[in-house]
Amino acid sequence: MTLVTAKPTARPRTDRRPVRGAVRGLRTAGLSVVSVLVGIGIWQLLAMSYGASLVASPQATLSAAVALARDGTLTNSVIASGRRILIGWGLGLLVGVPVGLLIGQIPLVRRLLDPYIEFFRFIPPVAFVTLAVVWLGIGESSKVVLIFYTAVFIVTLNTSAGVMAVSESKLRAAASLGAGRRQILQQVVLPSTVPYIVTGARLAMGNSFLTIVSAEIVAAQVGLGSLIWTSRNYGRIDWVFVGIITLGVLGFVFDRVLRIVASRVLRHYGVKL
Amino acid sequence: MTKAIEADRPPAGPAPENDAHGAAVAVDGVDIRFGSFHAVRDISLDIAAGEFLCLLGPSGCGKSTLLSALAGFVPPHSGSLTVDGVPVTGPDPELGMVFQSSEALFDWLTVRQNVAFGPRMRGRSRAAQHKLADEYLALVGLRHCADRFPSQLSGGMRQRVQIARVLANEPRVVLMDEPFGALDAQTRQVMQEEMARIWQTSGCTVVFVTHDIDEAILLADRVAVMTAGPAASVKSVYPVDLPRPRDESAPAVLELRHALRDDIGEEVRKSLLAQGLDQEEER
Repeated sequence: MTLVTAKPTARPRTDRRPVRGAVRGLRTAGLSVVSVLVGIGIWQLLAMSYGASLVASPQATLSAAVALARDGTLTNSVIASGRRILIGWGLGLLVGVPVGLLIGQIPLVRRLLDPYIEFFRFIPPVAFVTLAVVWLGIGESSKVVLIFYTAVFIVTLNTSAGVMAVSESKLRAAASLGAGRRQILQQVVLPSTVPYIVTGARLAMGNSFLTIVSAEIVAAQVGLGSLIWTSRNYGRIDWVFVGIITLGVLGFVFDRVLRIVASRVLRHYGVKL
Repeated sequence: MTKAIEADRPPAGPAPENDAHGAAVAVDGVDIRFGSFHAVRDISLDIAAGEFLCLLGPSGCGKSTLLSALAGFVPPHSGSLTVDGVPVTGPDPELGMVFQSSEALFDWLTVRQNVAFGPRMRGRSRAAQHKLADEYLALVGLRHCADRFPSQLSGGMRQRVQIARVLANEPRVVLMDEPFGALDAQTRQVMQEEMARIWQTSGCTVVFVTHDIDEAILLADRVAVMTAGPAASVKSVYPVDLPRPRDESAPAVLELRHALRDDIGEEVRKSLLAQGLDQEEER
């Protein structure tokens, strides 16, 4: 009896929810579109008041982008920079996560590595550009190492902060359930730290985009950074604009993908993005 | 409303057979200090194999500290803690611990994986892990929730997962640190009744910390009342020689409740007085 009376009231509620969600989604998307259009409008006004030699107009930037895409420069630049970022960032994660775990878990390791981390994290990657080229040559490795450098500290610091925030009762529970030190590290500390690692990975991704431009200052044939630097030599403000906007769009896409993948795959580890 | 409570209550199922026997616990002249803070002073308690002992006392009196020492988390400054004559030297799967907060559960594992954690860490086969987990989930009435995650359960259900997780390791002593303290009154009552039943089927020794007088009377074979901290010790031990399940309104229960209340009330007053004096001195 209660079931029969409960059903009709329950049903419309469940039916309405996705609709309301869709409406909210549309509104957010609509607001974003409006915001972007207003931005382009302001950009257009600035271009008109300062002239093409200082500010490339949206129209000029678009046609430059089309031209650069046609001759392959843009695509190659995106691929080259994207690859460097992904490899350097990935290596940063691969090294930063285990090191962060050890720093957080073992006080001796923390004391030994802390001075270095506290020293190097204040030196920006751009300061190492010359050394990287001198030591590693003008090939890919110098750029990848700079990206790695910019990513690894932030991942390490976030991971070790996560380790130190693991709840004492979880550690005690694991120990009293029979887990050894190594098992606790793998089965409790690492999973508890996942949200911190993801935050570190996102920040590192942002830093990688900041660094790629300086990493490509010297002797890069392709890449978005090199596109921006070489365009200056040709006096092509419109190409500079294309490089900058592509960099922003690429960063947005990378972060979005990271967020979506992390929040889907790592949902049960408490990753909410 | 009724529906919600109903869902939280386990179906009466066959209890798993259990041949694990409780171990005798001996606390002898135990002192616990944290730096200059003297938490527990000269506690001696003998807990019989299979006994249900409640440690009752005002908050901050060092009950949980004593329990942490029994679990091997905190080494005592002096004195000895033994389980069947063997000294406690560190965390031990024989000594299961149910924590006050369900934060102790592993959020990234399903309920079944949580319960199977102990057997898995101890290298039991996959089949044995699964079987033990399901057996003890059935005992606490959560078989149907095995594939859910802790975050999808109510507070009472999460504490049941903790209990099942500890029991799946087949410990000889179960230490419980105010396990129902954070639950609402109705859920707490259901859990207390459940706990009495689970203890009777499992046969293990239980040391149960609480500040709730009624909870102690409902569950314990003996209630050890602690003095107010710091430097807390055992003030007195009351045997609860009443048939189970216990009737809250029985005259003997009322009498015991009065006695315990007076005893604890005295300690609370003492600690308040001590705090007052401290403040006088500071002035």
